[in-house]
Amino acid sequence: MTPFTTTPEESQTVEPAGTTRRDFLKNSGRLVVGFSAISAVPGVPFAEAVLNAAQGAGPYPDLDFRQLDSWIVIRQDNTATFYVGKTDLGQGTGTAFRQIMADELDMPYDRTSCVMGSTDVTVDQGGSGGSDALQTDGWPMRRVAAEARRVLLDMASQRFAVPAGDLVVSDAVISVRSDPSKRITYGDLIGGRKFNVTLTGNNPDATTGIAKLKDVQQFKIVGQSPQRYDIPAKVDGSLKWAVDVKLPGMVHARNVKPPFAGATLISIDESSVRGIPGIVKVVSKGNYVAVVCEREEHAIQAARQLKVNWQKPATAPFPSSENLHSFMRRATPTLSLPPTVVGDTAAALAGAARVVQADYDVPFQGHTSFGPAHATADPSNDQLTIYSNDMKSYGMRNGVAEFLKIPRDRVRVIWMEGPQGYGRTAADDAGFEAAFLAKEIGRPVRVQWMRNEETAWDTKGPAYTFTMRGGLDAQGNLTAFEYDARAADHHHLGYNEHDTVLISQLMGTRREPNRGGASMPNEMYAIPNRRMSAHVVSLPLVWETPLRTGNLRDPNGPQTTFASESFIDELAAAAKADPVEFRMKLLTGSTVEDSGFKRARSIAVVKAAAEKFGWDPRPSPRPRATGDIMTGRGIAYAWRSQTVVAQIAEVEVNRRTGKVWVKRFVCAHDCGLVVNPEGLRRAVEGGMLHALSRALYEEVQFDTEKVTSVDWITSPSLRHTDTPATIDVVIVNGDPNPNRPDLPHYGAGETVCKTTLAAVGNAIYDATGVRLRRVPFREARVLAALKSAGVPSGG
Amino acid sequence: MSNITLKVNGKAHAVDVDLSTPLLYVLRNDVGVQGPRFGCGLGQCGACTVIIKGEAVRSCTRPVSSVQGAEITTLEGLSQNGVLHPLQQAWIDEQVPQCGFCQNGQILTAKVLLDKNPNPTDAQIRQGMANTLCRCMTYYRIQAAIKRAAKVTA
Ligand code: FES
Ligand code: FES
Repeated sequence: MTPFTTTPEESQTVEPAGTTRRDFLKNSGRLVVGFSAISAVPGVPFAEAVLNAAQGAGPYPDLDFRQLDSWIVIRQDNTATFYVGKTDLGQGTGTAFRQIMADELDMPYDRTSCVMGSTDVTVDQGGSGGSDALQTDGWPMRRVAAEARRVLLDMASQRFAVPAGDLVVSDAVISVRSDPSKRITYGDLIGGRKFNVTLTGNNPDATTGIAKLKDVQQFKIVGQSPQRYDIPAKVDGSLKWAVDVKLPGMVHARNVKPPFAGATLISIDESSVRGIPGIVKVVSKGNYVAVVCEREEHAIQAARQLKVNWQKPATAPFPSSENLHSFMRRATPTLSLPPTVVGDTAAALAGAARVVQADYDVPFQGHTSFGPAHATADPSNDQLTIYSNDMKSYGMRNGVAEFLKIPRDRVRVIWMEGPQGYGRTAADDAGFEAAFLAKEIGRPVRVQWMRNEETAWDTKGPAYTFTMRGGLDAQGNLTAFEYDARAADHHHLGYNEHDTVLISQLMGTRREPNRGGASMPNEMYAIPNRRMSAHVVSLPLVWETPLRTGNLRDPNGPQTTFASESFIDELAAAAKADPVEFRMKLLTGSTVEDSGFKRARSIAVVKAAAEKFGWDPRPSPRPRATGDIMTGRGIAYAWRSQTVVAQIAEVEVNRRTGKVWVKRFVCAHDCGLVVNPEGLRRAVEGGMLHALSRALYEEVQFDTEKVTSVDWITSPSLRHTDTPATIDVVIVNGDPNPNRPDLPHYGAGETVCKTTLAAVGNAIYDATGVRLRRVPFREARVLAALKSAGVPSGG
Repeated sequence: MSNITLKVNGKAHAVDVDLSTPLLYVLRNDVGVQGPRFGCGLGQCGACTVIIKGEAVRSCTRPVSSVQGAEITTLEGLSQNGVLHPLQQAWIDEQVPQCGFCQNGQILTAKVLLDKNPNPTDAQIRQGMANTLCRCMTYYRIQAAIKRAAKVTA
């Protein structure tokens, strides 16, 4: 037997550095239990607290976001734990939450800790998505922390019988200004007890007390770069991840997926796995099939060995990946969005001195998470506890409750760390499967997908086609811009609804497709005549399909920006204008400003990127080099929500092999107030290289029956050998009033994913004079494009 | 099932398993270490890396029968007397991980690389790490951390 078991609850609480203290916040009655090896809180036995948490004595009602105690616990030793309903996918948001809350609370950063995203102990802030952690959810976090500080000041004011205004706070110690010998710590004021303070607000995002927030200038921790608290345990091997959960009596499950998309289960030959030891059960319902075994390796073997008779669908579920884009261009849209119209584009094009036209294509791209989907569910005590890396843990709790028809307060999701999220776990199939199987078997079940299953069946970023036209006048001014997009995104998933996850579809659940979406480019260009339209198209198979679409690190931005910013570059080239100057002219052509000053901030990032890069103005392409290696540079710019970025790529293209190497990236990034500059840099670097992988390698390939890109050979990824020699991230504050005391903090996880594809494509054009209008820029595609453009392959 | 003994991070562990079982599952489920993780099961990504006889070994494709008696080092076994290995320290100093799921393979592969070549060039680092994937694309910081650690260990 295994000598090792862990109580996963132990790992959900992040300890303040240098203490052995752990918290359990038991929500029934909002009992605050604090203890440490040295001093347990009197009257609360250590063992009982552990037992309650381990056995998961429910029910688990939603936490009341209008109670200050739901957000902040302060202990007698003058440390605090923040409870937030967000998850950290590895971009350091947990560290940033601690920084903003510690700063508002006036408590040193290293006396704080943060618990995230477990549905029974944190308020429902929706988990993560849309890079909104700081932009949206940072505000209630700041407000509740400020409110806690205000309440503590009130308490001290009563204690010392002086007005609160005569008190000063420093590092969680309150003292009387005129008599500093009168001082008390937060811990002595409230440690181990509840605030009992009611907050207001119609929803968690709006939660507020009556305290005023600090001015930006008063922050001491925000703007510093404390190291991420989660990293040490990730490099010394001590972190307990969601994949590491082990429970008494736990069994292992593996799925058996249909070999053809849209296949129907005819029969299962259970005798085919009879010899395998420790088989617990072969489970099937509808087209969902799984095997459950005592041991993991046997579950894997059984899933491979199980003979299942499937019937192919009568019609092909999708065209092959080679024919995808022509299929999409011919298809009748299932949804057409209202076009964005400025001026009279048709007339302007008719009157243009020069019209440029181009089509662009982007294939489906997968998450291909480094670690396949996984979860463990425990059905004990007539309820479900799911241990999961689900970024939207609350969505999963709600979805599972509805899927299995059990009351919502009998389900809790304990969020733990997992591999590369970026939207994959917003449709968290494995959590639903584990929950279903645990209920079916009556024992804790751990599910993990295999590599081929994950790569073939994860949610995909939608494929796009684009048709664009632009008109230039005789002076090379852009007078008309026409954009028409089609997205294969008929049934976009992403919020863990019970009737959208794969297991539910395989079991036959059908609902109205949500009709998906299609996007327009996000830039602030002043173009006098503009028409932008976007449509959704559907592939023949809508359900149970490996080409189901979901959120992938800015679900539509990389595609739309690849098309629009490449095309802007084509127009600049046609106008024989420098690509930076061409864009600057478009940005400065208007003086209309929005509330977030995106236009002014766009100008600032384009300037900052060009300056950092050392951009010398000239039109693209450059005169072609004669050796094997042709070098070039390209720029792209975009905004997402309120964050603006400009990115420059410098590339080397090998004319003999078609190999593209990005030698240098420069990114100028304005996301408003920066909480942790070093954390931001790394998130931006990761985002750029993730998008570079999409630019150079990533493409879902399929025949008319199934996905054929299923592992790291057939579905290649960026590697160490592709890493740029230099990456410069320039943090910009382009606000017209950069020192405003209320400078907002915007999201930072995804904007740079938009610009990378176009920046690289534009740099390839600059180097070679050849325009690539389809990603990924794999060697064979680049070589073919060079050849058909007549670029000699020998230097 | 057979009784065999594995030496992991200096300790002997008696386990009762099928001899064809990949080492990864035995390490995780019977021995109780979690540094090595499942990423692909195909030897393509590095998530499951352990060190055996000075080599970075992908435990997902290595039958447990082939490593009986060998000293197996996992990420948990890299620190000595509570002091982090210079590579682990460099990983913290450079703040390398995003999600961190791949970093077991990155750190152990880098350890073997530096053990064999204490002063690698940039090209040797890139080449030596080429088959160890990171889908959060922390490659730039990993390479910086390896250089930082090389300065300490060389
Ligand atoms: S899990 Fe072993 S190499 Fe990928
Ligand atoms: S840090 Fe996430 S996969 Fe490497």
